[in-house]
Amino acid sequence: MSRASTRFDTKKVNSELVTLTYGALVAQMIKDLDNTEDVSKQLERLGYNMGIRLIEDFLAKTGTGRCLDLKDTADKIQSAFRMYLGVQPNVANWSAAGDEFSFILDSNPLTDLVELPDELKNLKYCNIICGVIRGALEMVQLDVQSWIVQDQLKGDQNTEVRVKFIRRLEDAMPAGED
Amino acid sequence: MSLTGRNKTSILDKPLSRGKGEVSLSCFALLFSEVVQYCQNRSHTVPELQNRLHELGRKVGVKIIDLYFLRERNGKREIKLLNILLFVKSTLWKVLFGREADKLEHSNDDENTYYLMEKEPLVNRFISVPRDKSSLNCAVFVAGIIEAVLTGTGFTAKVTAHWHKGTTYMVKFDDTVVTRDKQLEER
Repeated sequence: MSRASTRFDTKKVNSELVTLTYGALVAQMIKDLDNTEDVSKQLERLGYNMGIRLIEDFLAKTGTGRCLDLKDTADKIQSAFRMYLGVQPNVANWSAAGDEFSFILDSNPLTDLVELPDELKNLKYCNIICGVIRGALEMVQLDVQSWIVQDQLKGDQNTEVRVKFIRRLEDAMPAGED
Repeated sequence: MSLTGRNKTSILDKPLSRGKGEVSLSCFALLFSEVVQYCQNRSHTVPELQNRLHELGRKVGVKIIDLYFLRERNGKREIKLLNILLFVKSTLWKVLFGREADKLEHSNDDENTYYLMEKEPLVNRFISVPRDKSSLNCAVFVAGIIEAVLTGTGFTAKVTAHWHKGTTYMVKFDDTVVTRDKQLEER
């Protein structure tokens, strides 16, 4: 029925512009806030703000319906990664209860030209991705927690973002209405 | 510096990527909107906001020089003024924004000043400016990039962005740069 609207938007931008812009922003933040914890939190919040708007863009471009379960959600996020960042992560490491999973990225356009110096060892550079996932899923009534398990910038093989389903959110009715 | 006992491969040991990666426009637009919001939260006036964006643009521009001179120009330096401006207008614009800048003009009044014009910069595409801040042009970010590229390649200049026929970047070179260029031409 809505097969025709799976055309992906062809307007693309050089990925290095995004890499360098994000890098300049992080560098400026580190100068402004002294604490790497604060910077990581700010990046997550920034990602959250982006995520709540990105989900609308995603739904407009793909016109998909509701996800049936968490596996479906994971697949949709995977295709969103491909659409927006041009990388295909692997979905893996499902927990026994089926409520946690990981995205494994072996290349990440945000960190292409980046090297973390020693004094910023605690910085979660890719926290913006965690924020985007959290923000986007919150707008479709899924409360999730997302964090970075492995980070290529810190010497790991690939970047792993773990997502844990907390609960389903109910739309709150405004006071005065039934 | 601190490489003793550490045999981690540094990022400079890996070969340079070909730079053909692409990311969706919405991703960049949302990231840029967050950048502007971040700068706005830390500024109290429009000129201060513009300065912050310009600074960020400069940070980006500094990194771009090595990257693109190595890739597009095979490492050869530009020594003529007009050539570097043409490089910025065509090659650099094309790799960053996917198309060339619209016009490059030399000012009639001041021989140090050039104008680069663009009808609709990519960064401004999804930005709406409120009426009380109408002097804000977020293309100062791009102006910062240009300034860093020009200054870093040896052509010290100041670049600002204005609302004129779309967006105009006013490039004002240092006197020393113009004098040096004239001497080169006379040889």
